[in-house]
Amino acid sequence: MSKSIDQVFVSAKQWLLSSLAGSSTWVIQVVSSLINIFALLAVFLTLFALISVLERKILARMQNRYGPNRVGPCGLFQPIADGIKMLIKEDIVPARADKIVHFLAPVLIAAVAILTLSVIPYGRNMTPFTIDGGVLFFFAVGSTTELAVFMAGWGSNNKFSMLGAMRAIAQMISYELPLIITVLPVVMVVGSLAPDQIVAAQADYTFGLVPRWFVFTPWGATAFILFFVSGLVESNRTPFDVPEGESEIVAGHMTEYSGFKYATFFMAEYIGMFAISGLGITLFLGGWHAPARALEFIPSYVWFFAKLSALLFVYVWIRGTLPRTRVDQMMNFAWKFMLPMAFTCIVAAAVWHYAGRGLRGWLWSLFVIALVYTALSLLLDTKRRFAPRVYRFAE
Amino acid sequence: MNSAAFTVIAIFTVAAALAAATLRQLMHAALSFAIAFVGVAALFFLLGAEFVGLALVFIYIGAVAVLIVFTILLTRRDVGKVRGFNWGGAIVAVAVFGGLTWSILKTQSLAIVAPHMSALTVKRIGAALMTTYVWPLQCVGLLLTAALIGALILVLEEKP
Repeated sequence: MSKSIDQVFVSAKQWLLSSLAGSSTWVIQVVSSLINIFALLAVFLTLFALISVLERKILARMQNRYGPNRVGPCGLFQPIADGIKMLIKEDIVPARADKIVHFLAPVLIAAVAILTLSVIPYGRNMTPFTIDGGVLFFFAVGSTTELAVFMAGWGSNNKFSMLGAMRAIAQMISYELPLIITVLPVVMVVGSLAPDQIVAAQADYTFGLVPRWFVFTPWGATAFILFFVSGLVESNRTPFDVPEGESEIVAGHMTEYSGFKYATFFMAEYIGMFAISGLGITLFLGGWHAPARALEFIPSYVWFFAKLSALLFVYVWIRGTLPRTRVDQMMNFAWKFMLPMAFTCIVAAAVWHYAGRGLRGWLWSLFVIALVYTALSLLLDTKRRFAPRVYRFAE
Repeated sequence: MNSAAFTVIAIFTVAAALAAATLRQLMHAALSFAIAFVGVAALFFLLGAEFVGLALVFIYIGAVAVLIVFTILLTRRDVGKVRGFNWGGAIVAVAVFGGLTWSILKTQSLAIVAPHMSALTVKRIGAALMTTYVWPLQCVGLLLTAALIGALILVLEEKP
């Protein structure tokens, strides 16, 4: 019974495809891809609508107010109202803007965000796009975002847009390095770039109790934290929302966008957040596996989305808690702390592997990480806690 | 199916490349250049070399295109200006094209039917890089690190 519930979406797709039994292979391939695409869009656009209202609700709760509560029960229809508002708003394009580039930027950024969703396994046999180098696909496609942000900034012909785009690209390139390097230990340990195999490698339980997720090893926990922080930066979320810093440069590269184009940017940002959280779940949190053997009767996709909601809540929680960082602090943090720690994760994973993947390996890799962490914190401590601040680029 | 896909991708790539060569706005040309790389990556996908295709997207669109765009933006004051036809560039392009055509024609023609090979997986590329080609790989790594540090030293300002 639980098996059939687990595979209900896969069987539904098979049933839809079985009506095409007589046609040629390429028709079936195209229809199969279309079903995947529609399912992906339906699920994640609904999730986007939901998270947009839930985020406002949670933030409101943290700031001791009510949040949206007028449209529908508990304000749940707020995203529909927002959507209609965005659709009927006037679409303003600046007279001196580069029309084509200005138009293409939101299209590209949304397309890229949706493409990155496609390689994540959402449940048993539920990867929309199975590819040998899935993790590489994720980052290769994701790196196109930088170009899209640049197009938005340059095409708007506005100095706030340009400044925002510059900031965005600087921080994206800086944090892409630790993001990709923290993925490497997992790829090394599993020996594959395919998300399905990475999930399969985390299937079992140690002593029949603790799941074998990589986050429960010292290198995995470190890599996951670094990955999560880099993910925060890549999705331009507070405390790293320097590119759009409302109080400094209006809205960064989105300054000259209005109506539905602005909504598209917003959607791309949230979908990027879902994608990076999904990848984090796949790599470190055991993908769609249940946390205990007794809970395996609950379908796999429920576990995936439960983990996704937990991570998204942390995103909102951080947004409600931390103030924005300064640009130079953020850059220093990337190059002086995140990058060395990411490299340490690789070494620690190798130590863990060669010490037999058991308790001994666990302790040795913990030792390596603790050693580097202590050394780094000693080195980076400048001992100038109350020195007057020096401005290098402004008088 | 495959030949139809090849035709579509080839036309797309060539059109983007032509746009990159002929568009009058420098920034548009740079962006079309990135589109041309998408086409080339799609060709690699069609041939089953997905790693090469992904690496191409990763490096040329994620890094090189951004670098080109930034170089244009930071070094030229006349980005927005429309410029005329550049004869020097055309001559260089024709020369490169001629050289390539000449060398392709001079090369012994390969067998049309490719020898049977197992799929070029990421694992095999990794194994080859880490065993057979480990010294070239390390040398390239050293060279790139040196270039990176050199660039840093060039732009490093004296602390106030």
